[in-house]
Amino acid sequence: MEMDLLQRFEAYVASEKKIEPKDWMPDAYRKTLVRQISQHAHSEIVGMLPEGNWISRAPSLKRKAILMAKVQDEAGHGLYLYSACETLGVERDDLFRDLHIGKAKYSSIFNYPTLNWADIGAVGWLVDGAAIMNQVPLCKCSYGPYARAMVRVCKEESFHQRQGFQIMMTLAQGTEAQKAMAQDALNRWWWPSIMMFGPPDDNSPNSAQSMAWNIKRFSNDELRQKFIDLTVPQAELIGLTIPDADLQWNEDTGHYEHGPIDWEEFNNVIAGHGPCNKERLAARNKAWDDGAWVREAAAAHAEKRAQRKASEESAAA
Amino acid sequence: MEKKQWPLWEIFIRSRQGLSHRHVGSLHAADAEMALENARDVYTRRQEGASIWVIPADRITASSPDEKDLLFDPADDKVYRHPTFYDLPDEVKHM
Repeated sequence: MEMDLLQRFEAYVASEKKIEPKDWMPDAYRKTLVRQISQHAHSEIVGMLPEGNWISRAPSLKRKAILMAKVQDEAGHGLYLYSACETLGVERDDLFRDLHIGKAKYSSIFNYPTLNWADIGAVGWLVDGAAIMNQVPLCKCSYGPYARAMVRVCKEESFHQRQGFQIMMTLAQGTEAQKAMAQDALNRWWWPSIMMFGPPDDNSPNSAQSMAWNIKRFSNDELRQKFIDLTVPQAELIGLTIPDADLQWNEDTGHYEHGPIDWEEFNNVIAGHGPCNKERLAARNKAWDDGAWVREAAAAHAEKRAQRKASEESAAA
Repeated sequence: MEKKQWPLWEIFIRSRQGLSHRHVGSLHAADAEMALENARDVYTRRQEGASIWVIPADRITASSPDEKDLLFDPADDKVYRHPTFYDLPDEVKHM
């Protein structure tokens, strides 16, 4: 009976049909989605921290307004994703708890520091650019609520990448010192950004199953290649150099070849030893703890108002 | 003491006058007023809305996917409900 359901499920998703919250699904499919969607939501929320760092120090009022809008979007993206995740039968408070105790993961890119204004440009251009590359295929993922959330996210995300590129372009056209700032930011963010696509295909244990279930549509290496092919000419256009001595165009394949990626660094950051892992978690925990009284007060206020309304209604009856 | 989390609300947005409200997602809020305010910030940051409905998620009664056949199959064999079922002479151009 269970086997029968599983076969029917797999044939159903293979035919590009969507699964909705109350439909039968294998436990492993549900678990994979809860893990992936919650990690994705956490990444949006933690991703606000490195950028929030520069809101008060943006170089102009216009840049500040733009950065605030972008950070607000990240909060929104986190909320779309948490609500998509909850349709799988998990409680949002449990998801938060897993993040706060360090059990849940988020994208390791946010464990790198934003040292100066050029980093905000590099984050928008490269980090959001890589995120878009990962997210566009998810708009067609087999789980309806996740796919719908991703459509909204992708629509909003492209402004993020453009504003980042524009910051880099402006710096690259500026004084020698400004150009050096842009190059320095690119040097620091390039490798972590191309690591965002995850481990290479021959070392990506969950990929095959996720591809079979139409959660994942392209392999890590395919997406990474696509990102590099698109980004290298953009860097050239604004006169910046990709910090990879082995980078070269391959006429035959029509792709750029890149140098070896330091997966030890990647694994180290994931294991919690990146430059900002502790700081990020501490900031999240502080925000959650400091907000406790607000959550409690709002709940108490709502309860009091509901009671008052009920007693007014019974008096009127 | 940590209070239980705020209830879940389903959010429906009318994107412009003339269209019906459409489900866009959900959010947590302490009461209906806060749900409306949060829905504005979460789901209408780019003028996507002309009107918002918020509905407590636990007040929605939904059909079950198990009843899908029972509910919707009876319509399967009633092709005569569709205009294409009727063959008309070519001379009748528009009907």
